[in-house]
Amino acid sequence: MVRIVNVHKRFGANEVLKGINLEVPRGKIQVIIGPSGSGKSTLLRAINNLETVDDGEIWIENVQVNLPLKGQKFEKHINKIRQDMGMVFQHFNLFPHMTVMENITMAPMLLKKIPRKHAEDRAHRLLEKVDLIDKVTFYPAQLSGGQKQRVAIARALAMEPKVMLFDEVTSALDPELVGEVNKVMKKLAEEHMTMLIVTHEMRFAAEVADHVIFMADGVIVEQGPPSTLFQAPAEERTKRFLSEVFK
Amino acid sequence: MELDFSVLLRYYPLLLRGLMWTGILCACTIPLSLVAGVLLAVASISRIRLVRSITEMFLWIFRGTPLLLQLFLIYYGLPYIGIYLSPVVSGVIGLGIHYSVYNADVMRTGIVAIEIGQHEASRSLGLSRIQTLRKIIVPQALRNVAPALTNNLIALMKESSLVSIITVQELTLSTQIAVADTFRPFEFYFAAGVIYYAVNFFLEQSLRRVEMKTALSR
Repeated sequence: MVRIVNVHKRFGANEVLKGINLEVPRGKIQVIIGPSGSGKSTLLRAINNLETVDDGEIWIENVQVNLPLKGQKFEKHINKIRQDMGMVFQHFNLFPHMTVMENITMAPMLLKKIPRKHAEDRAHRLLEKVDLIDKVTFYPAQLSGGQKQRVAIARALAMEPKVMLFDEVTSALDPELVGEVNKVMKKLAEEHMTMLIVTHEMRFAAEVADHVIFMADGVIVEQGPPSTLFQAPAEERTKRFLSEVFK
Repeated sequence: MELDFSVLLRYYPLLLRGLMWTGILCACTIPLSLVAGVLLAVASISRIRLVRSITEMFLWIFRGTPLLLQLFLIYYGLPYIGIYLSPVVSGVIGLGIHYSVYNADVMRTGIVAIEIGQHEASRSLGLSRIQTLRKIIVPQALRNVAPALTNNLIALMKESSLVSIITVQELTLSTQIAVADTFRPFEFYFAAGVIYYAVNFFLEQSLRRVEMKTALSR
């Protein structure tokens, strides 16, 4: 579903991705963990071109994301392909001038030309799924952090993406609100949504992941099923990181 | 000479006519200056350097010269290069351009103040750069700078009196005509002042109401 081939990314002299290879099969949940500055968020953002990469290929299904097109041609290409990828951010980034309903229906109506009625029906189903059906007419300013993030997930799902990208979605939340967001993500996992998750929540990672990737200093140090990676890591760097976070 | 406000009764149709033209000027110029202001603001942060430079130059010229001079140039100057505009059209264009420049400055600060996450969230859904501006960035910027725009529009309303010098018979020129007829400057200028204040009050109240309505969605 998502395939990353030998991706390199530099910020000036600092190389933050040093040849990443990665594959997310359809219906699988992969979790990327690692210390801050390891490049995991950059990698996730590169998948839908919020960061451009200097070298390598990024594929979603059989379409290359980072095609060497110029100007408007690339714009068209990337806008199309981004519709297939749902992205959820650390800081929610809901549109504050729109109600919860408008946040969810805006993109499908504008980009997929879905009639309002149809888009709103779908939004209702999504809000039921994220347990916010009573907040339809609310503005983001009236919601808690956890509620905002669940709306953000519904907004991304409304485009019916093929893959969902989660960028440290619980890092900005009060501890008591983390659970409600994780619950929604677990629900998606049960429905076999293809997901790539960057997180600091090791327990959550262990619970939902089919496959865990440990990144440090711009490389994938180690990967494997959560049982192996968490219980019996092979690499010294992984052991050091895990002992730090589970201290 | 004693003050005699009863002359106002005889001349009120003239003043009302003036008020009507002031109203028409504002009704044309306010939307024009807002729409052009947004377009200029967007152009001034365009990714295309040429568009940016031309817009900068335009803003700089109209910000740096007096409105009065611009009105003279449009009404008395343009005929010499074959462009004849009626006084009212000249006034609307002059006031409109002048205030769209001020509105553009305000709008630009509003647009660049919107955090990058809003752009990213919108683009990640698949919206183009233009769609993002239109649906996400500009509506938020407008809400955030509404108080500053309100101030601009009130200034516009008052400065519409300047177009009296290019023979648009709005409230100020009507008042001058009444004064010339009756030699009662205090009464008429005072009355015109009251009318301007009343219009201003009405305009400000309506604009503040719009601001309040959008308070929740900021």
